[in-house]
Amino acid sequence: MKRKAISRNWRRKAEERCFTILMWLSVLTATVLLGLILLIVTWRGIGALSWEMLTQVPTGAFYLGGKGGILNAITGSLALATGATLLALFLAVPLVLYLHVYTRNARITQLIRLTLDVMWGIPSIVYGAFGFSLMLYLGLRASLLAGIIALALVVLPILARTFDEVLSLTPRELYEVTFSLGATRFESIGILLRQTIPGLVTAILLAFGRGIGDAASVLFTAGYTNNMPESLFRPVASLPLAIFFQLGTPFATVQARAYAAALVLTALILIISLAAQLSLTRFSRHVIR
Amino acid sequence: MTEQSVGEVVTTGQPAQAPPKRTQASRWRQSKDWIARQLFGLLALVAALMILIVAATLSTRVWPLWQAYSLWDLLTGQTWAPHRGLFGYANFMVGSMAVTLLALAFVVAPAVLSGIFLAEYTSSRRRAFLKPLLDLLAGIPSVVYGLWGVLFVVSVTRDYIGPWAEQTLGQHIAFFSRTNPSGYGLLAGGFVLAVMVFPFITSITDEVMRNIPQAQREAALALGATRWEATKCVVLHGGLPGIFAAIVLGISRAFGETLAIMMVAGNVAQFPRSLFDAVYPLPALIANNYGEIMSVPLYESALMGAALLLLVVVLLFNIGARLVIIRLRQGGGR
Repeated sequence: MKRKAISRNWRRKAEERCFTILMWLSVLTATVLLGLILLIVTWRGIGALSWEMLTQVPTGAFYLGGKGGILNAITGSLALATGATLLALFLAVPLVLYLHVYTRNARITQLIRLTLDVMWGIPSIVYGAFGFSLMLYLGLRASLLAGIIALALVVLPILARTFDEVLSLTPRELYEVTFSLGATRFESIGILLRQTIPGLVTAILLAFGRGIGDAASVLFTAGYTNNMPESLFRPVASLPLAIFFQLGTPFATVQARAYAAALVLTALILIISLAAQLSLTRFSRHVIR
Repeated sequence: MTEQSVGEVVTTGQPAQAPPKRTQASRWRQSKDWIARQLFGLLALVAALMILIVAATLSTRVWPLWQAYSLWDLLTGQTWAPHRGLFGYANFMVGSMAVTLLALAFVVAPAVLSGIFLAEYTSSRRRAFLKPLLDLLAGIPSVVYGLWGVLFVVSVTRDYIGPWAEQTLGQHIAFFSRTNPSGYGLLAGGFVLAVMVFPFITSITDEVMRNIPQAQREAALALGATRWEATKCVVLHGGLPGIFAAIVLGISRAFGETLAIMMVAGNVAQFPRSLFDAVYPLPALIANNYGEIMSVPLYESALMGAALLLLVVVLLFNIGARLVIIRLRQGGGR
């Protein structure tokens, strides 16, 4: 009798031990894989990285191993991501404020949140195809503007949902105090924004990071060019596509440049994601807790 | 609660004595408020309809194709030869599904376990270290994953896993036979996708588990359960649909992934019979062919059709999973 109890206890403990080990293993695997990705990208990229790479636009024979750099892609990506984030910001902020300040209708709120969540899951190639159809209807060519529109749809849900979560955390009393002082809803928004600026900055950085790294949406819409971005109506290059195209060539020197470009992109993303983490703590001066 | 609440009562409501005189300034403030309400509401409406707008726009482009071929022919057609007017999505659908399923086979157990680990097992300090790591993994652009796949996963598949499979399992089971020595194919694609989807499934599992009330765990622990037994109890009573939803969201993420998979999957439109066969997923089809769209009639329509197909599949998965998550959040566990 006693023996049976002991053996059962032993089995329970073994099960506990077994699953703890499995969990540790899976977390460790993920960490190791992350390390491996960063390591391989850095190790392969650092060799081909040069000052010339970062400060010059490609010359004619660039994709055959000629001189030049990827400045066109870096600036193009920055332009695309900045434009898309701004556009998404102008949509997302009023939209989310509407949910929190104006409407009290739970159904509308829920429907919009569901829509945004589902939009987050839609693959960016679909937005690219949508942007492309839009271009055909409007008679636009592949251009910075079209790229920005497609990319804005990719980052909109990220921006809106993150900002939404931040606004959900504001204390109820903040609304009550502003209203009790006679402010209209519109005026209370100023106070709310001041309270939520750190969160909004984080949301913007997250969206920007996603925008820089996304390729499938701009593949159709922004085109590719060897020139610097010039106007909203001309094609622009982007960093992910620069990596993709250079990797597709059969020349080892050009492929090595793809590794370097990937290193640049990864470094950019890492910096942005670090900044997003920091912004949560840095910009908190006006936040009432 | 309906439309009126604290704000309006104060600005427009009637005090006990004489009604306050409405000055020019206050009227201006209120009309600003009114304008903002309409404008913001309009934007909210646009956002709520966004998915419909995307789907409708794509549908109008697909319309000519729709008229020329039956849906059944498109979905089951095995040949993709735009110049001969043949647009069959079957091989691409199968390619997408094969890669996604393989990725799931790799990722589900470790990702769910990691999510449970984050929610149940780890200290808040270690969590604060692991969460940003997960976000980092989720933030790496897909082209970088693709590059990593080409540099690492494909070469490991080619140099080690392939030859090994050829000598052992591949001799007996067709599924493991090394049909394609290049390394680009189902196995590499599935593995890269698995790594990409991992952070999504893990963070949603973590979120879902943390939404389950603490009392459940405490009750189980108070009855003498081990930590794992308490966790099992929590998972079975409320957590399971959420974890399922997390996996479904992972599936849809994997299904729509474009650049990374296109770089490592080999892109040969065929029905994969072995782990080493090259596959051609649906998103890769769209991305690879956009350049020559204009030259062939209905070609553009067919590619937009592929995008629409992708959208429909992903929407079905996503809406289902999100509804489950919403219900869980409202129920808050029993």
